[in-house]
This record gives sequence, C-alpha cells and structure tokens, in this order.
Amino acid sequence: MAKPRVKVPKTAKAGEIIQIKTLISHKMENGLRKDKKTGKPIPRKIISDFVAKFNGKDVFKAKLHGGISANPYLAFDAKVPASGEFEFTWTEDTGKTWTAKKSITVG
Amino acid sequence: MADNIHLEIVDRRDFVLGASAVAALATLTTLGSTEALAKADWNAELKALIGDVKPATGKVSLELPEIAENGNTVPFSVTADSPMTASDHVKELHVFATGNPIAHVVSLYFTPESGKATATSRMRLGKTQDVVAVAVMSDGKAYMGKRQVKVTIGGCGG
Repeated sequence: MAKPRVKVPKTAKAGEIIQIKTLISHKMENGLRKDKKTGKPIPRKIISDFVAKFNGKDVFKAKLHGGISANPYLAFDAKVPASGEFEFTWTEDTGKTWTAKKSITVG
Repeated sequence: MADNIHLEIVDRRDFVLGASAVAALATLTTLGSTEALAKADWNAELKALIGDVKPATGKVSLELPEIAENGNTVPFSVTADSPMTASDHVKELHVFATGNPIAHVVSLYFTPESGKATATSRMRLGKTQDVVAVAVMSDGKAYMGKRQVKVTIGGCGG
C-alpha cells in the first residue's frame, strides 16, 4: 500500500545544502475516526518514524503523530560533504518498514 | 383533522427546538471543558518533551496559510534560526496544533549535517486554532514561534 517516493538532486557542490523531498502513500489513520456503518472507532495506524541517513550517519529524523495528514510529505535540508548515498526509512507503528535509497555525486 | 395534524406538527417542532437547545447547551459546556483540556494537554505534552525549560519567543518561524479551507491537509513549514555547527545547532523542533484532540503533530530532530533546521509537511487541523513550534538548541535553550490558522472545514474525523 505504502510506496515511498524521494527527490534528491543528482549532483551537488561539496558542502552544499540541498533540499530533499519525500512522500509515502499511507492513510495515517489517527484512531479518532469512526466507522460510518458500525460507529466503532477505526484503530490507529500511522507512519510514526522517519529517518534520513547519509553514508550511514543520521542527518534528520522525525516522529510523526496523528496530526500529520494522510500520505505524509516531508521536505528537509541536508549538507552534502562528499559523494555518497542517502537512505530513508519509514516505520509504521505496527513495526512495518519501508526504505528508499538515492545516490548523490559531488563534483 | 387538519387542525389536529397542524397542532401535532407544532408540538413536534417545539419539542425538537427544545431538544436542540438543550443539546446545543450541552455541546457548549462540553466544548468549554475540552478546550481547557486541550490547552492543558499541549503544555503537558511539551513539558514531557523538553522538561522545565521555559521557551523564549523568537528564532522559530512558522509558515502556514492564514485561512485553511480544508483542515485535512494544511501545508506548513517550520524553520529555526541557527548556524547549525557542531557546537551550536538546533536539536529538536516540536510542532503542536493547540486546538486538536491530540495536540502533538510532529517532532523533528536535526544534526549539524542537516545544514539548516527547516522542514515542510502537511498537518490536520480540527478547527481554528494556534499552531506552536518549539525549538530546543544544542545548549539546552528553547525558543517558540506561534501562528493562528482559521479553519473552514475541520479534518480530525469524528
């Protein structure tokens, strides 16, 4: 269901601050909505954690709650010291994870 | 016969009116108490995150639409001013929608490698309210920024 999409520039100058845009399709069911037929609350199921790493080192992290809209979009900055690979991980509160990787060349 | 029906309708309307007035009063009083609850809640949630530090106003800016037509997806950007060096950077940025049933929207964790303490996302807003962002710096100091958003259609389910 959930499919991550990431936008990272292909190249950058050494030490340049770049913008990274991420999007994952997910309902972000916040546990407050009720089933219209049964009247029972729909259990909470959200992406609760996001981590962005560059060459294995943490760059940016986010803890998401029910107040984040469905299909959570996250854009943030990162400083690129050298060529390498970004790794992005989304974790659902059920423990399920999704990852995406993007390489960047410094030249 | 016609008179009878007419009377009956009036009676029922009176009854419905009376009942809705009572219901309105009831929602008014419960609204009042949940509002107080929500206010207490976000302060408590903030305290649980940053401890007893009192955030000073400034350094944190929030970008949000003045009027959000659809509370289900309200775009927002938060930025905290900082040189983002190893010794002086923004560590955490917590965002609260003070009028939501669950006020805590997102916590962002930065490193000097972030380059700039900024993030953009989309949030749900239940009603017209203040959105607050609190930044915690590497030296332990905290700063706060606030923006009011008018919401036309709430987006919290219910």
